[in-house]
Amino acid sequence: MTVTDQDSRMWTARLRGAAVRALPPDRLLPDRQPSYVASWIYVFGVLTLSALAVVVASGCVLALKGPSWWHTSNVGLFFNSLHLWSVELFFFFMVIHLWGKFFMAAWRGKRALTWITGAVAFITSIATAFTGYLSQQNFDSQWISTQAKDGLNSVGIGAFFNVLNFGQMFMWHILLLPLGLGALVALHILMVRLRGVVPPFPAKGEQTVDEVTHLPLPTTNGSSAHGNGKSAGPMTKEVVK
Amino acid sequence: MTLVAERPSAPTRAERRQARRRPASWQGPYVRYDIVKEFVIALVVVTMLTVALAAVLSSPDDRALTVSNWAQADPVDFATTAISELDGSSGTAQYGPPYTHVPGAGQKIGPIGLQSFAGVRTPVDTANDFVLSPLHTVAGYQPALTAALTQYQSASADQQGKWTSAYEDAVKKATFGPTGLVVPPGGYGPVGTLISAETTMARTGALDGYLLSSKQFYGTDYTKPLLFLADGSYLAAKAQSEHLHGNQWGMMNETGRYPGQAWLWLYTMWYQIPPFSTSGNADALIWGIMLVLTLALICVPFIPGLRSLPRRLGVYRLIWREHYRRVEAR
Repeated sequence: MTVTDQDSRMWTARLRGAAVRALPPDRLLPDRQPSYVASWIYVFGVLTLSALAVVVASGCVLALKGPSWWHTSNVGLFFNSLHLWSVELFFFFMVIHLWGKFFMAAWRGKRALTWITGAVAFITSIATAFTGYLSQQNFDSQWISTQAKDGLNSVGIGAFFNVLNFGQMFMWHILLLPLGLGALVALHILMVRLRGVVPPFPAKGEQTVDEVTHLPLPTTNGSSAHGNGKSAGPMTKEVVK
Repeated sequence: MTLVAERPSAPTRAERRQARRRPASWQGPYVRYDIVKEFVIALVVVTMLTVALAAVLSSPDDRALTVSNWAQADPVDFATTAISELDGSSGTAQYGPPYTHVPGAGQKIGPIGLQSFAGVRTPVDTANDFVLSPLHTVAGYQPALTAALTQYQSASADQQGKWTSAYEDAVKKATFGPTGLVVPPGGYGPVGTLISAETTMARTGALDGYLLSSKQFYGTDYTKPLLFLADGSYLAAKAQSEHLHGNQWGMMNETGRYPGQAWLWLYTMWYQIPPFSTSGNADALIWGIMLVLTLALICVPFIPGLRSLPRRLGVYRLIWREHYRRVEAR
């Protein structure tokens, strides 16, 4: 067996090879999109991601100082306000993004997993926000927890997920659910890059395009854009094919 | 010598598998699209918007209520709740799983009782946890209270029931004066002394300390004090004044004029309409409905009819109007 053969049989090499084959750099971070990607609705995906970044950043500052800090400090209250409003914006953008993708039937063309990861991320976000409300240690937390317990208890979940237990809810809010949400969002974005943006329904008389993606990426000279090192301009609508 | 073109090598199994998984290529035109620049601009805009909203609107932070607040603001309601904890008629005592063993308690979806099935995982003995045990911690300084505790705990269950029933009737006409709780005389034996001492203990804040204490030095579990607070009407009255009750869309609201958890609108909506607004199994039924709807949302790509709805609605023609204009002009 040659050295090359031995190298190619290594688990590490195989994993790297599979990853690069599935998502080469220019598919992971493309500078071209199909011409149909031209609507304001596409902005709401990246707005959702941006709001999530602000949620995480403001949450990290609150975590640095502990759960009681923001009740006694004006700076703390401001960071809590940043956390609250970024969550509100996050959900606002995410719901529009979700409706937009529904109206596009964005699961077409082997994109079901992209839809599923997005929908599960939406549900996980609701759970994360809910545990955040329970972790505030104020009247809202008291009332929400004493009311929400009935719903969770009624289906047996409350026996294991006790909303009246601040320590348990706090750990779910700052550790378990963010980890899950982060993984789901990462998987969702990877699926978008892997499968591409869903194409439009075919126009009258047009061949079906449900089963297409947008790779390989053509360049101005008609060749594949993969690995050619050319950079594109910012968000221009110039048709390059 | 004849040159023969080399036959193309057959695709490997991995290549065939990858080809099957990957949809065909888009054959139409492409445009430049700088997603990194788009993300950076979006991040700056969202950050600025968040800072502006936080600076102008701040965030709500109404102080948490304590048992001491409650006993000082409404001592008669506190005493009424305390006697219901002692005789086992309070909301928590009659709740069933996961707090108490109550035959037949627990909500059901049709014949299915998931609440009972999960069992009692957070046991609460309201008489001991909320009344008798806290009083024992202060009884050493009060001989009358020690005697009352001994008399009550050594009596038969039947006798205890007669005393607590008599006190429940009497406390409805109770007042609170400079000397403490004033309850009309009645045949309630030592119970008057117990509840009066409990009320005094609560007003000083000692009961908060007891309920928050745990078997170890540090504690983060507020289950018992929250259940006790929720059994009274003081917490609910404040929530009503803040428009937070279940029939006021309270699940999605928060104190003040803030948007709250607006994304819970669908869940909250069910509580406003019959039969859920009047059903004893409302929580279980609504959770069942929401579970089905959530699964439907996740499985949209596989549900015939639902997955075809976007094509029928035609909103996509608005989203891709430039594309269709270009294609149809060709």
